Amino acid sequence: MTSPNPPTGPFPARRMRLPFHWLGILPFAVFVLLFLIMPTMKIVIGAFQRPDGSFTFQNIGNLFTPSILAAYGISIRISMASAFFGCLIGFGTAAAVVLGGLPRAIRGPLMTFSGVASNFAGVPLAFAFLATLGPVGFITVFLQTELGINLRMLGFNLLSFWGLTLTYLFFQIPLMILIITPALDGLKKEWREAASILGATNAQYWRMVALPILTPAILGTFALLFANAFGAVATAIALTGSSLSIVPILLFAQIRGDVLGDPHLGYALAFGMIAVTGVANTVYIWLRARSERWMR
Amino acid sequence: MKRFWAWGALIIGLLYFILPLIGMTNFSLKMRRGVYSFDAYAKVLADTRFQETFTYSVTLALLTILVGVFLVVPTAYWVRLKLPFLRPYVEFVTLLPLVIPAIVVVFGYIRLYNTSSWLPLTGTALGTDVLLVAGYTMLALPYMYRAVDTGLRTIDVTTLTEAAQSLGAGWFTIITRIILPNVLVAVLSGAFLTFAIVIGEFTMAALLNRPAFGPYMQVLGANRAYEPAALAVIAFAITWGCLGLIQLVSRFQKSAQRPV
Amino acid sequence: MSFLTLTHLQKSFGSVKVVHDFNMTIDKGEFVSFLGPSGCGKTTVLRMIAGFEIPTGGTIEIAGKDQTHLRPNQRNIGMVFQAYALFPNMNVFDNVAFGLKVAGKPKNEIESRVKEMLKLIHLEHLADRYPYQMSGGQQQRVALARALAPKPEVLLLDEPLSALDAKIRVSLREEIRQIQRHLGITTVFVTHDQEEALSISDRIVVMNGGKADQIGTAPEIYNRPATRFVANFVGTLNVIEATLVNGATGVVKIGEELVSLPQPVSGKADGQSISVAFRPEAAMVAGPATGPAALTGTVMSSNFLGSVMRTKVDVGGNIISFDIFNHPSALRPKAGETLSLTLQKDGLMVLGD
Repeated sequence: MTSPNPPTGPFPARRMRLPFHWLGILPFAVFVLLFLIMPTMKIVIGAFQRPDGSFTFQNIGNLFTPSILAAYGISIRISMASAFFGCLIGFGTAAAVVLGGLPRAIRGPLMTFSGVASNFAGVPLAFAFLATLGPVGFITVFLQTELGINLRMLGFNLLSFWGLTLTYLFFQIPLMILIITPALDGLKKEWREAASILGATNAQYWRMVALPILTPAILGTFALLFANAFGAVATAIALTGSSLSIVPILLFAQIRGDVLGDPHLGYALAFGMIAVTGVANTVYIWLRARSERWMR
Repeated sequence: MKRFWAWGALIIGLLYFILPLIGMTNFSLKMRRGVYSFDAYAKVLADTRFQETFTYSVTLALLTILVGVFLVVPTAYWVRLKLPFLRPYVEFVTLLPLVIPAIVVVFGYIRLYNTSSWLPLTGTALGTDVLLVAGYTMLALPYMYRAVDTGLRTIDVTTLTEAAQSLGAGWFTIITRIILPNVLVAVLSGAFLTFAIVIGEFTMAALLNRPAFGPYMQVLGANRAYEPAALAVIAFAITWGCLGLIQLVSRFQKSAQRPV
Repeated sequence: MSFLTLTHLQKSFGSVKVVHDFNMTIDKGEFVSFLGPSGCGKTTVLRMIAGFEIPTGGTIEIAGKDQTHLRPNQRNIGMVFQAYALFPNMNVFDNVAFGLKVAGKPKNEIESRVKEMLKLIHLEHLADRYPYQMSGGQQQRVALARALAPKPEVLLLDEPLSALDAKIRVSLREEIRQIQRHLGITTVFVTHDQEEALSISDRIVVMNGGKADQIGTAPEIYNRPATRFVANFVGTLNVIEATLVNGATGVVKIGEELVSLPQPVSGKADGQSISVAFRPEAAMVAGPATGPAALTGTVMSSNFLGSVMRTKVDVGGNIISFDIFNHPSALRPKAGETLSLTLQKDGLMVLGD
């Protein structure tokens, strides 16, 4: 480091420096290994083991019961729907603010609010929606008493697929806005002008230039929003108790030891969650590689 | 026409985001029949369970920030300075907590560090707290790392380091006296965000069975009517406060960086 | 025959008037440069021709058709931007083909036209490259091909060379001019670089404060600047104080020497002092062959620039720059020496304001 004696030659100095270099990230590597990689590997391996430690596919096989499959199905659909609408609405909002249509002055407040709302997830968010659209929520009550509209009779239930999706959108949309705004800022004014002077309509510009350029960012955010919704436990539990059977709630109950009672089925459930988010991200990486040939 | 649709969409969006906030605020004030009152807040704030769990979560949040800063700042700095080829890999690892659900990670903790394992952290309260802080550090890692790494990008790490070395500074001095002050705003942003994430966190705390604020809110929500809404308002205010502080410090930096 | 006609063109942004009453007619196949400092309105005029800005007043006509209120994609105009305006998600071929594709041209026609364009810019071999894989000069050539592919009536060049290295800048501007001549396309070129404008234009418009100060060929602009601004902005200008002896015959007294100017002087009474301006090349070191000395001063500096020595002389407080051609036995003045200069009479100008 700050040795007073200059090294005798370049060679010993270099030999000394190599392990020292790597030492710098050792704390980080150990921490990540202990508290992220190894716990995850424990789950993955456990999913393929019998209680005595021998290899088996039985745990995974046990997932294929109608109730567990249904739980995965509804989890995936909620995550897809909330990621899709989150991307769509968030993109529309960000585009309207960045590219005109809406005044630039609302940009600052919008970004700040998005920061807050994207972090306002979990238990309090569920309370907010219960107080608004729940059985005695103020909109439910208002529609019932003032307008005579009974949301329940119309088929709306907060503790359902659409109810959960609607609630998740509260943090999904702002997250999309936060991530996609810098990408929209990266669209150069000259591209739009060049396209238009070459005869392209606004729609042609979006289809042939802007959207292809934004595709990697949009796909990435979609994958992130999907994982975000898929792993959301707190919002779901606080909102529905355990009345809606989605995978995170099932796993939560399993870990708590409430139901099922087979620890290795728990491993398999958790492994299934990793597999789903893993597949989502692999698809994303593959799509990104395809759409990003033109990037460095 | 385009404007009309843009404004229409904006108003619907605003309604969607504001109504739940109005809903919870409205509900939280209705504990006393027929009139608006702060009864729910008074009741919540007077609850010793609230005070205990809130203090516990604040303590854990501060510890998480401390661990996160000491883990992330030297690592991000070192990777930028000496191991730039590792940057994409380290970045990938820091993004993993966004992909691996927290409930899976904490399940791994319970199985890996149980009382009969080689490192029986869940055996004692202190050990479990250590585990929880580690878990929270992982949850906050993507945000903390990105904030710090972006902060480092704006300064010339190599030149600053060489300048400090030429003046005889050691590594500890360089990191604490040169690098940290220069990325202070980034670190503070990451810290406030960490605080906002940890303070209301539910899954890890509930499954590790620790008396944190998140599980307390959930239990209260299952058993009471008006107090949960008051808690939601408080939690929202905390989140807003943290994000507001981030804005404040970054504005402070902008004015500090303006040429004299 | 005028092809592109700009009549009483005006543009205001809010209360700020950027372009005041701009008038100009450009002939078919002409190469016209808009020259001026940043903020003079040259880019705004160009953007109004393109259709990116709608004029506050006045009209734009191309080939007799009013274009003032057409959208950019309804006009038949090609444009090259300052830099990096190629679509990053398309390779060279697709970039050049873009205008033809959106026009719905058949595939084989697109292919042959793109090939023709790439041949024109000598980049046939890079058709598969993406913009990030090319140098700035190559990118701007592709941008030129892209602009020309749909056969526009007018080509607009918005400082296309300003982001490039000095050497590429010179070679590319010559290439642009050659292609423009070859195609005979009416071209408007915006630049703040006077050398660029002087070297490749048929005519130059020198703009200042939202108005055209002077419109003329390069020699006209350089030798007979209409205003002090033009004289100062284009080339180097020396200004000395003289006494008007006889306005009607244009005789002035510079130092102790009586000099007759190329034209009479009006608006000043005899005996008053006036400013006389001249280019560096109108001054020479006085010697037996050059006639009597008009000015005598102290050498401030003399910098060797290769073909010439740029020399600065302090004449009674006015700094005069002039060039001494280099040859092995050329005079090399040293700072502090006294030097006498003689002036070429037809290079002297009296500037209006």
